[in-house]
Amino acid sequence: MTPALSRAVQFGLVVLLVLLAALVDSVVFAPLDLPGAPPNVVLLIVAALALVFGSVGGAFTGFFAGLAVDVLPPADHLIGRYALVLCLVGYLVGLLRDEARDSVLLALVTVAVAAAIATVLYSVLGGVLGDNRVGAATLVSSLPYSIVYDVLLAPFVVPWVMSLARRAQPQVVPR
Amino acid sequence: MRDSRRTRLILALLLLTAFTLITLDYRAKGGGVFGSMRRTASSWFGPVERVAADIARPVRNAVDAVGSIGSNHKKLQDAEKTISRLQQELRARPFDQRRVDELNALLRVSSVGQYKLVPAQVIAVGAGSGFEWTATIDAGSMDGVKTDMTVLNGDGLVGRVTVVGRSTATVLLAIDPEFNVGVRLPDGETGVVTGRQKNDMGFYLIDPSARVKPGDGLVTQGSKNQQPFVWGVPVGQVVTASSPLSGQSQTGTVKPYVNFSALDLVGVVVQPPRADPREALLASPRPTVTVTATVTATPQPPASSGSTGTTGTTSGRKSTATHTATTTATATKTTPPPAKPNPPAPSGSP
Repeated sequence: MTPALSRAVQFGLVVLLVLLAALVDSVVFAPLDLPGAPPNVVLLIVAALALVFGSVGGAFTGFFAGLAVDVLPPADHLIGRYALVLCLVGYLVGLLRDEARDSVLLALVTVAVAAAIATVLYSVLGGVLGDNRVGAATLVSSLPYSIVYDVLLAPFVVPWVMSLARRAQPQVVPR
Repeated sequence: MRDSRRTRLILALLLLTAFTLITLDYRAKGGGVFGSMRRTASSWFGPVERVAADIARPVRNAVDAVGSIGSNHKKLQDAEKTISRLQQELRARPFDQRRVDELNALLRVSSVGQYKLVPAQVIAVGAGSGFEWTATIDAGSMDGVKTDMTVLNGDGLVGRVTVVGRSTATVLLAIDPEFNVGVRLPDGETGVVTGRQKNDMGFYLIDPSARVKPGDGLVTQGSKNQQPFVWGVPVGQVVTASSPLSGQSQTGTVKPYVNFSALDLVGVVVQPPRADPREALLASPRPTVTVTATVTATPQPPASSGSTGTTGTTSGRKSTATHTATTTATATKTTPPPAKPNPPAPSGSP
């Protein structure tokens, strides 16, 4: 594969995975009305891709995945909010790429921390923007659930997405 | 790739872009370019959600049949009782009966309240970290749905339409904290009800001298030009009410009539009734409204206020068994006049 074609494949893969994750979140998990907050599969995808793409790739993936979550129905919050949160999460997770390469445990811990950061950051941003939905009480009650659900789902999502992304990776030595 | 000046610059640029988007959307208040972005997304992603919902429905039904997971112990026990009863019923009648019941309830609302409805199915629910309570329904501009229309089901108020795509629309559910609705009390006074996520909804009364008591049913007051809320839609039942000092308005909590964890069939009010239905929809039979007495068995029957605000359909059996006839009388008095034909009978308790 030429690098250009490979890039296109990679881009298509990211788009497909993100849309699929957004669909699973809103059509499958959210209607189940699990206690606490529903799991966030988009976050898992962003974390998994960032572990392959690195910090810059992670930031870009997170930004566009977040933007998708902001715009796709039935979202009802300011556009750019999840983009900001997931961009930062993607960047931070991407920094751990080399460390998480051969450690499954570290990958799982990374996902847990990423879930926590995303939820807290989203809430804090809501506080700044005067969103009535987030408060300290809501955050405290939903945070443990977000982390637990995401960590439980991670083994089924992250390795699979990572191997898929590695295969689509352009065959150039990472900078 | 390590953290370098270049990577940090890219991150900063992306974050700045995101922040600019937030600021612009905040100023546009959901209109302008961002409004059309949402509409476009709704138009082409809505049908995808629709197909996905059809695929996911068997899974969802299976989970629904097991019962809600992880709720507290009491709820679980109650659910187990309900499940065993339902399982017997289920064997007797086809699974689609639930849907028929929902449709019937919707038809009743539409005929009693004189609302012109477009029926729709909930196909997706907002996933925003559990903070946001929204839903996608499978009716859109092609079906005559417009923004700021009232959405209801057979039990009462579900929400209002915020974004409309071609064949789907987004509904802000009544339990979302950004949701406020003007309500009317039985005595004609007005109040405002606000969503509080999974907790009971909150309310406050406008007039400081007005008072409500637990058990009172609230209906929508109707907005100006009937948008976003048409009048006469049942919202919920008062559970607790504060006793404020004079000059302060009363506050409290309201249990919504609608079960938001199992939303399925809803109706969008495309044309409001010409005349105010008043409390017509509250008066007709309603399975969820039963105020039961407290379970604590005291030696002498409580003086007048036997019904504290515990609502629920399941706790009736136990309390009526241990209580004297006076308490059962207060309990039945608070239910709407034509009571449901099959309440748990107080079989020979006196």
